[in-house]
Amino acid sequence: MADKILKELTLKVWRQKDAKSKGGFETYKIHDISTGTSFLEMLDILNEQLVSENKEPVAFDHDCREGICGTCSLFIDGRAHGPDDDVTTCQLHMRRFQDGATITIEPWRCGAFPVIKDLIVDRQAYDKILQAGGYVSVNTGGVPDGNAIPISNDNAEEAMDAAACIGCGACAATCKNSSAMLFVAAKVSQLALLPQGKVEAARRAKAMVAKMDELGFGNCTNTGACEMECPKSISIQHIARLNREFLKAKLKD
Amino acid sequence: MSILDAKIPAGPLKDKWSAHKAHIGVVSPANKKKLDVIVVGTGLAGGSAAASLAELGYNVTAFCYQDSPRRAHSIAAQGGINAAKNYPNDNDSVFRLFYETIKGGDYRAREANVYRLAEVSNAIIDQCVAQGVPFAREYGGLLANRSFGGALVSRTFYARGQTGQQLLLGCYGAMNRQIEKGKIKVYNRHEVLDVVVVDGKARGVIARDLVTGKIERFGAHAVVLATGGYGNVFFLSTNAMGCNGSAAWQAYKRGAMFGNPCFVQIHPTCIPVHGEQQSKLTLMSESLRNDGRVWVPKKIEDAKALQAGTKHPNDIPDEDRDFYLERRYPAFGNLVPRDVASRAAKERCDAGFGVNNTGKAVFLDFKYAIQQLGRDTIEKRYGNLFQMYEKITAVDPYENPMMIYPAIHYSMGGLWVDYNLMTTIPGLYAIGECNFSDHGANRLGASALMQGLADGYFILPYTIGDYLAKEIQTPKIQTNTPEFEEAEKHVTDRLRKLYDIKGTKSPDHFHKQLGHIMWDYIGMAREASGLKKAIELIAQVKEEFYKDLRVVGEFSAMNNELEKAGRVADFIELAELMAHDALDRNESCGGHCRLESVTEEGEAKRDDENFKYVSVWEYKGENTAPELHKEELEFENVQLTQRSYK
Amino acid sequence: MSNFLTTSIGKKVIMSLSGLFLILFLCVHLSVNLLLLVSPEAFNAGCEFMALPFIKVIEPVLALGFIVHIVWASILTIQNQKARPQKYALRKQSQNCTWPSRNMYILGALVLAFLALHIATIWYRFKFGEIHDHYEFVSGFLVQPVFGIIYIIAAIFLGLHLSHGFWSAFQSIGFSNDIWRKRLEYVAYFFAIVFAVGFSIIPVYFLIFGN
Repeated sequence: MADKILKELTLKVWRQKDAKSKGGFETYKIHDISTGTSFLEMLDILNEQLVSENKEPVAFDHDCREGICGTCSLFIDGRAHGPDDDVTTCQLHMRRFQDGATITIEPWRCGAFPVIKDLIVDRQAYDKILQAGGYVSVNTGGVPDGNAIPISNDNAEEAMDAAACIGCGACAATCKNSSAMLFVAAKVSQLALLPQGKVEAARRAKAMVAKMDELGFGNCTNTGACEMECPKSISIQHIARLNREFLKAKLKD
Repeated sequence: MSILDAKIPAGPLKDKWSAHKAHIGVVSPANKKKLDVIVVGTGLAGGSAAASLAELGYNVTAFCYQDSPRRAHSIAAQGGINAAKNYPNDNDSVFRLFYETIKGGDYRAREANVYRLAEVSNAIIDQCVAQGVPFAREYGGLLANRSFGGALVSRTFYARGQTGQQLLLGCYGAMNRQIEKGKIKVYNRHEVLDVVVVDGKARGVIARDLVTGKIERFGAHAVVLATGGYGNVFFLSTNAMGCNGSAAWQAYKRGAMFGNPCFVQIHPTCIPVHGEQQSKLTLMSESLRNDGRVWVPKKIEDAKALQAGTKHPNDIPDEDRDFYLERRYPAFGNLVPRDVASRAAKERCDAGFGVNNTGKAVFLDFKYAIQQLGRDTIEKRYGNLFQMYEKITAVDPYENPMMIYPAIHYSMGGLWVDYNLMTTIPGLYAIGECNFSDHGANRLGASALMQGLADGYFILPYTIGDYLAKEIQTPKIQTNTPEFEEAEKHVTDRLRKLYDIKGTKSPDHFHKQLGHIMWDYIGMAREASGLKKAIELIAQVKEEFYKDLRVVGEFSAMNNELEKAGRVADFIELAELMAHDALDRNESCGGHCRLESVTEEGEAKRDDENFKYVSVWEYKGENTAPELHKEELEFENVQLTQRSYK
Repeated sequence: MSNFLTTSIGKKVIMSLSGLFLILFLCVHLSVNLLLLVSPEAFNAGCEFMALPFIKVIEPVLALGFIVHIVWASILTIQNQKARPQKYALRKQSQNCTWPSRNMYILGALVLAFLALHIATIWYRFKFGEIHDHYEFVSGFLVQPVFGIIYIIAAIFLGLHLSHGFWSAFQSIGFSNDIWRKRLEYVAYFFAIVFAVGFSIIPVYFLIFGN
């Protein structure tokens, strides 16, 4: 349990100047990393080292560093959010790595998430999908009392399971087809489970799927890789519900 | 009469808000379409304000430095949101919520504001439910509540340990609906670096596109700052890495006064610092204190053994455990307010009873709750928090006691606003954590979410109408005026100055230095000599910073180092102001203990006779001391007592 | 329903329904095949049954099922390839999904290659050849080690294809939840094994015991 020191690590990091440039891997050595350090803190140390050498630090997305904002990404050693389960990259700790290891760090690779710089990608495609209908259309004010409509504990819990999505993009990044189905399903399923969301469930499912397709995400082939890499362990049973909701909606057309 | 006019409506406390609403100006639907509003920040306050204003018909431009509005740090709030619904039938009421909030804030907040907050709290819950926020429910299908520190009733609504996330996604959904309709234009990855004032009114902002590095101008009829708090001035805090005080600080320099800058909250339940490589601290929800018992060893030799790693906490028998919160505060026990819990932890650790290798940690033990309620119940309540704890520390909290230590969490201080949430610059509003208003010297748990949403959904949309009703004749704000030119140049010059230092140390280097000074001298315990020393030390950091800063990368491109440099520059200045404010406030109050002002038992002693005011600081120019104005607080509805949780 | 077939979910539903239809066909086919192990007479009777007019009518439908399944699989695969223009340098997919689930197109192509062989060597002869004793023809064919082994390998590929395909078909039409998912996965493995063993046991039998 006590922290150990990793004497040397080799980092193979994707560097890309901007969206238009062609990128490539750069290799860096880094020393004396405590196993209690988080992966991003390790990158901070690398960046301090680069700054001291007057080199440009590696750009990567991060913010809350407690696994909830969904900003951090990174494909580490062949896996979205690295070699630990149920975590975001910011919650990944160096105790997962061996001394002397070579760690390959890539940005999300997905046509709908173009690289902006180094390891930073543009995930606005996810915002656009939600803008297409990922909400309940209510204005502020004039709503019924919170307890006016009882919601079964089971439904509330299941809705919460889906609502836990942090929009990090790991699902599409890890999917062999770059499909965003788990992301779309999480929102459609959450709102389909709640009476407040049922009112416009059909419209929502159709609009969000149409937007997802338009943005160039691939097609789901039910490999289940997304749920394995989802830091919030969102189940692909929500994809089944999305499929049902979508079919129901389309059959009525 | 001071130059500060809080514009608190006359009349009995409970009628102030409704009377005020009835008398303020309203903009007609046709005119709303012609008015533009800028909202800076998309957290609970900014997001809810942007959505609500757009629903009303205003044209909203929103800014966030993150890649999406959904990532604002409100998302990290875990425990819950308060409301005076009285669903559990435990005699809660608007007045009780008001009373507990103002008492929890150690009587350094305005009565009228806090009462209004309590008044609109219920509508927030209804609104969120209507948006599809999956709050926890009882088996009967009705909303569940839990208790929080500093409250005698159960009034906290929650969505597992992710309440902030769910509420924020609710606002974000409401925003998305308006974005789709074209009523909100969002600028992601844009950092607002200055407020533009034209003829004494806020008329726009200057923002830097964080992707291209381009400095851009944006005009509007009113500007709303919802930029959150400045806890990151301490470097290590529970704030997100990007949280900063820059927009608020620049507004201060443009004439918006700053209220109670020294009031920052130290949260008692954070995961302790593991070492020098640490970049930020992780909060464990206060709700954990519902079922966890806080303790340190009674015997100093046990503490020493724990520090040396030669003893396991589970091997210390119950009779050798000091449940110091239960011992000192039998009435509230482990659920005393945050400031009390934090100070008590510091007291034990300073006395040598800390339980980890650094001696800066206490235990939060679930053994007793698991024995009583079973592991399943605990897992259901706190599963995600326990998982988070284990991922970070590699210790299983079901089997071992958690280790916790206080950390900087929230800033009660912020831009001074009147009852309408307007700063001292007409047309410039500050909402949520960005303003100083509702939490006094200490915020109660589950009140930040309440305040952010109250401001954004139910207060600002009304009060801003009063201002904008007088602006309907003002045409669209042009950004090619000298004022915008000057502001843009000011931003560019400032960044250029930092970029051109070409020294040897990164922004983080200075930020860490600053953080150490803040934690050591302007943290939980303060005294005049230390504060004076801090002022000197901050000045040294500042000098060093402007001599030896190194910003690598390109100036006009994505450059995280340049972003950080700008934020650290502002933090240094803010730190100076905090130190001055802390020095002025020679009383123990809320989150901090002034060592010159304690009772004989060592408890914090508030000094109402001399310090019953809001410290409001006015910027007087570079190298000139800021001027202190005092907004005297009037308490007509609550009796000021020394807080006691015994 | 206007643009249903062009949506991503619509395409998956087509894959699902055509796949389930093909599974039905496989059930019939396997039942008849297994008659080989009962007796020559039983198998020949089975073949005569399959030649009845009302079965013949279904043949074009079956062919259509295959074509739809193949064409849509190709469309999906091409789109999915395009969705990631730049590939990862390092991937460890074995950590998060099964091999068949991510190689359905390849497994499908291998089964298709076998199908071509099967049509050319057996189906075509049955339909257009002058065969009097179907049992004798088939057993005579399968005792040749090359064909016997190919048929065994193909049966395994088919099993792998179905181990994902069966469950996946139900997921795609939305017939799954936390409880049913486990059941369907078990049924999928059951089907996969039944088809793999069922189809391969016949060549194995003839390879060992001759005709």
